[in-house]
Amino acid sequence: MQDFNKVVTSYEQALAGFSDHMQVMIGGFGLCGIPEGLIHYIHNAGFRGLTCISNNAGIDDFGLGLWLKKHQIKKIYASYVGENTLFEAQMLDGSLDVILTPQGTLAEKIRAGGAGIPAFFTATGVGTLIAEGKWHQNFQGRDYLMEEALTADFALIKAWKADTMGNLIYRHTAANFNPMMATAGKITVAEVEEIVPAGTLDPNFIHTPGIYVDRVIQGNFEKRIEKRTIST
Amino acid sequence: MPLTREQIAQRIAQELHSGTYINLGIGIPTLVANYVPDNVQVMIQSENGLLGMGHFPTLSELDADLINAGKETVTAVKGAVFFSSSESFAMIRGGHVDLTVLGAFELSQQGDIASWMIPGKLIKGMGGAMDLVAGAKNMIVAMAHTSKSGESKLLPKCDLPLTGVSCIQRVVTDLGYFTIHDGAFHLMEYAPDVSIDYIKDHTAGKLLIDPAVKPMML
Repeated sequence: MQDFNKVVTSYEQALAGFSDHMQVMIGGFGLCGIPEGLIHYIHNAGFRGLTCISNNAGIDDFGLGLWLKKHQIKKIYASYVGENTLFEAQMLDGSLDVILTPQGTLAEKIRAGGAGIPAFFTATGVGTLIAEGKWHQNFQGRDYLMEEALTADFALIKAWKADTMGNLIYRHTAANFNPMMATAGKITVAEVEEIVPAGTLDPNFIHTPGIYVDRVIQGNFEKRIEKRTIST
Repeated sequence: MPLTREQIAQRIAQELHSGTYINLGIGIPTLVANYVPDNVQVMIQSENGLLGMGHFPTLSELDADLINAGKETVTAVKGAVFFSSSESFAMIRGGHVDLTVLGAFELSQQGDIASWMIPGKLIKGMGGAMDLVAGAKNMIVAMAHTSKSGESKLLPKCDLPLTGVSCIQRVVTDLGYFTIHDGAFHLMEYAPDVSIDYIKDHTAGKLLIDPAVKPMML
């Protein structure tokens, strides 16, 4: 089983081969389910010119907001960036190239990328700004536009539990974009809360099979909450 | 008096049927969850990967791994399910969600909706709104009838970038409940104590008064 042991013990090993100008997917929805340690490592290492694929861009001092602050991102595919003031500033001054992508289309572009499907048709966005320049096709009386798949040099994801073979389980809504991104990275690195021996996770309840995962690292998570809403 | 945000939500909640799956957008739509009648059971879908959203957590229930599409901490009801974003949008795009309630900046008499961008002012992104309007079987828009300066948001044609084209059939504003078809807004119910003439004066799009028009019951 040695050959299938995906566990690494340092962020340096987890991100071996990472370099400037790479295309990188980062899992998470807002600050929920983000690979915090991997994000911090790339922030501290100072890689630049990155093309990011992520639903959101973090907040000003956490998540991908850290990369924005250091101008490490050249281009980003995202669906919603409302919480980040740096983002808007860099978009308006032209230092950040932003491809706003509908959330379901973004999810499907990544799923398709991981599944070897180069493009697909969707009704999402027909007749809007995002349809401009895209191939349109009518199927059974309705117009659809073509969207191309996305893959990445690195997919950085967060899971709850992993076994040493890289089989993953997510927890609650911290799954979000992580399962698709796991499939779409040339190198997929999973930062997890707990690593257990192979064979101890029930095969019926594994979300991401280890075939998609190259490296697993045990992380330390702050799990910052963006909007803490409490009922009394 | 025009309706409050809560009253708009309350009126929309009357449209809910037991045994349906619904998606509530950010803003007024979220408030609809507070007015689900006692005899009606719905499962609320949140597009970040939750079917069966519950109330806000108590301090002991608070969990950073459990949020809604507005990034607020929530709980999950009995029978809830968690899943990935692509699974979530398969539900939405595939037409499996029975009713979607969403907000808007502008609507046109053709049923076009603008809700994601104000050029030069507000760039937040469309999130899941474009997928929702393309995929939902049934949609109700909840919105203010006019801007703060009193300009109608129910228009012959939207000025702002669109979220979807010819997709909205129903809207509840602070002035009334309207259906949209055949190139016009049709007034079905007016807010208590708001006159039909007042609604006519504050609607820039083509407005027809339905023969069965009645005061709204809340």
